[in-house]
Amino acid sequence: MNQLQNFTKGFIKDNPVFVLLLGLCPTLGVTTTAINGLGMGLATTFVLVMSNLVVSLIKNLIPDKVRIPSFIVIIASFVTIVELTMQAYTPALFEALGLFIPLIVVNCIVLGRAEAFASKNNIISSVIDGLGMGLGFAFALFLLGAVREILGSGAILSMKFIQGDGVLVFILPPGAFIALGYLIAIMNRLKKTT
Amino acid sequence: MTYIIIIIGAIFVNNIVLNQFLGICPFIGVSKKINTAIGMSGAVLFVMTLATIVTWLIQNYVLNPFGIQFLQTITFILVIASLVQMVEIILKKVSPALFQALGIFLPLITTNCAVLGVAILTIQKDFNLMEGVVFAIANAIGFGLALVLFSGIREHLELMEVPKGMRGVPIALISAGILALAFMGFANLV
Repeated sequence: MNQLQNFTKGFIKDNPVFVLLLGLCPTLGVTTTAINGLGMGLATTFVLVMSNLVVSLIKNLIPDKVRIPSFIVIIASFVTIVELTMQAYTPALFEALGLFIPLIVVNCIVLGRAEAFASKNNIISSVIDGLGMGLGFAFALFLLGAVREILGSGAILSMKFIQGDGVLVFILPPGAFIALGYLIAIMNRLKKTT
Repeated sequence: MTYIIIIIGAIFVNNIVLNQFLGICPFIGVSKKINTAIGMSGAVLFVMTLATIVTWLIQNYVLNPFGIQFLQTITFILVIASLVQMVEIILKKVSPALFQALGIFLPLITTNCAVLGVAILTIQKDFNLMEGVVFAIANAIGFGLALVLFSGIREHLELMEVPKGMRGVPIALISAGILALAFMGFANLV
């Protein structure tokens, strides 16, 4: 597998959300607007790239038995960095994402890539894998956020294009499940034709 | 009175799965059969309550006095991970029957964001220890309720003729959406 394929696999073929169904909690929880989705996606991308980098650097130093706890500590450190940085520089986004920022720690994608990819591959492939997977995740969150925002409040990136409210249910929790269900169905259909 | 509000709020109004979106992975993953759903709910009830007690004590007697609250995320996840391991070992020794029932679900719980989520929420909401315990138990019951209801729906869905592209996860998510819609009827109850 060359590096380009390694990078692009996260977008459609192995998309963390639409195909692997990992990290659904933040996916559903924060995507009331496209911007929130993108913010969450990028925060996760940062953690993913950095943890993949560090894990692949020290993979030979970690005894096999304490592998998972070590990965968790590495991931949690980067999550703390993201948490404090966002609190300082993007307080509005920090408020909107709330509980889901510390919960990046338990996002299965991050630990999953550390365990399945970074602990077996060299530094460069691991970073590219993290970047591709992270951006694929961000892409999925942005898409879901955009769909919910357009249907729910009749706006694109906070710019209203209709008068009054949209179909309010899409901003509310049930709409998250329904919109994601249809998006996955569409993705399945697209994957079959290509 | 506060306890009743906490309980009703956590189970129905702000249901942890259908309203807060915590613990979606097991909600989708282990909800194909009612039996496994009940087993998972039992394991979550056990670990969530224990984890909330331990993390509350750590927050109030270690992190706060030393002013190192920024270590919260790292400490909590480590505590939960080791707690799960410990519960597994103790359960194996003390009660093999319970271990048989909950065993396979325990390792999965470490990455269940509902446990860490409830631990952090308990701190954020400034609960005292007793309120925190009630909050954790109520949330675990809410999780179990949603999981068991959903697995019942999914068992029926197996027999339905679903359009090809919607089979599997898509239709499951849409049913979950409709279930969440039903739970919205409880909004403003407390």
